[in-house]
Amino acid sequence: MQNGNFLRNIWIIMKREFAGYFGSPVAYVFIVIFLLLTGFFTFYISNFFEAGQADLKGFFQWHPWLFMFLVPAVAMRLWAEERRLGTIELLLTLPVTVTDVVLGKFLAAWCFIGIALTLTFPLVITVVYLGNPDLGVIFCAYLGSFLMAGTFLSVGSMTSALTRSQVVSFILAVVTCLFLILAGFAPVTAVLSGWAPMWLVDLVSSTSVLSHFASIARGVLDVRDLLYYLSVMIFMIFVNGVILQNRESA
Amino acid sequence: MIEVRHLTKQFGNHLAVDDISFTAQKGEILGFLGPNGAGKSTTMRMITGFFPPTSGTVIIGGSDILSQSLAARRKIGYLPENAPVYPDMTVGRYLDFCAEIRGFSGTAKTQRVDETLERCFLAGVRHQMVNTLSKGYKQRVCFAQSILHDPEYLILDEPTDGLDPNQKHEVRLMIREMSATKAIIFSTHILDEVDSVCSRAIIIADGKVVADDTPDGLRRRSAFHGSVVLTVTGAAAGGAQKGIADLEGIASVSVVESDGDRTTLRIFPDDPEVSVADRVIATVSRDGVGIDAMFVEQGRLDDVFREITTGK
Repeated sequence: MQNGNFLRNIWIIMKREFAGYFGSPVAYVFIVIFLLLTGFFTFYISNFFEAGQADLKGFFQWHPWLFMFLVPAVAMRLWAEERRLGTIELLLTLPVTVTDVVLGKFLAAWCFIGIALTLTFPLVITVVYLGNPDLGVIFCAYLGSFLMAGTFLSVGSMTSALTRSQVVSFILAVVTCLFLILAGFAPVTAVLSGWAPMWLVDLVSSTSVLSHFASIARGVLDVRDLLYYLSVMIFMIFVNGVILQNRESA
Repeated sequence: MIEVRHLTKQFGNHLAVDDISFTAQKGEILGFLGPNGAGKSTTMRMITGFFPPTSGTVIIGGSDILSQSLAARRKIGYLPENAPVYPDMTVGRYLDFCAEIRGFSGTAKTQRVDETLERCFLAGVRHQMVNTLSKGYKQRVCFAQSILHDPEYLILDEPTDGLDPNQKHEVRLMIREMSATKAIIFSTHILDEVDSVCSRAIIIADGKVVADDTPDGLRRRSAFHGSVVLTVTGAAAGGAQKGIADLEGIASVSVVESDGDRTTLRIFPDDPEVSVADRVIATVSRDGVGIDAMFVEQGRLDDVFREITTGK
């Protein structure tokens, strides 16, 4: 296929998605809520100042749980909204492939979450001002957080293609994300390790976003973690495309 | 040319479109008629490549919509039912997007968008958000999107639905204006529209093509086609009916309405294409009966439509 067109089409679709985000209150509401919640958890629950540590652990540890709700909220409109409005009919009869459209929409939403994440930069400045943090670790944690958001987003995009109801899409995505988190959540793995063989516990926890996020957030950039995130995303986006191609109703 | 070949679509157990075939040439405006649920929109969705057909295919200007999908889609302009447009963008921005995704850029793009805005009377709302527009404007924005790239083939699903009479008129004018160089297929419920716009009409019912003819040809199928409706006054009206019935070439005469001394008769000739009007006039005036009104019925599309689609 023509590579130039492929990238061009994705870019045009991304631009349109962005115009849509910022043309409605969705973008602003999401960014404000995300910043308020991260601030609240970091300062009041993790006691950022009282901890006396010049790092952002207390900030990043909440990301899986925040993203579990916030990312499906962004993702739920990706396809369900197009189907409800009927604009999907125009979008999918344009001279572009389903891959162009799915990737364009996904990347636009991912960039948007990236923008929200970037806007937490005052925290980094604060830590740098207060102490001497390891900026490499912080960068890694941001990268891990961004990859995790992308993973949740790919799940949400897929569930959004399944239905024209945003609520159904949201709930399906949250439940799936919850599963991806809980598989590696310490209390759950503790229950499992009580009776299951070690390899099974490892297998279950290796499907979890949490264990992969934890190692990146410590500053350990392992290829396996990157592969994990990318493969979940590619799989979900692929399923998303298949669902769209086999839809039997508008 | 749009070539629809044995198009079939099955939804579960329901056969929505059942082996439909037809062609539309450039210069032709093809009216696509049928009761609700007959399969019009489903057929159009398959022609535009939105739904894959269960079997059969569509050839758009030599490109197969299934195997050469992108090439085929480039040649089509499509206005879906209910004219969906993204609500959270301005009109200008939306058309920019459509122009870009259709491969225009730079000044060519700007020129395209400007021209289209002008043509669809949208220049005044260029910077307005789509969700603040009235139904008529949204319809026009969607219409603008379909003609922006000057496609050779236009597929319009109920383009005048929800418009006021003036807007309907405008849209019809636009369709007629563009028809010289394009093949246009449009679906509608409004039979007057078929008469004023279409060069050919296809009626489908239960997913099958039940008629494919010119509007005149369809009208000729009416039981009333060629019949003479005559309103006479005076006491001798009863005699007039008998006198006419005895004329050569008259199949039957029936009384449509009788109100005091005015009687309306409907005269069916043996051959609807042979005019009997002058002989009827001669007979009636010979008998000294006054003529109030008289016209030759062409047949009404409504009647033909009902007859064809319901079998009544």
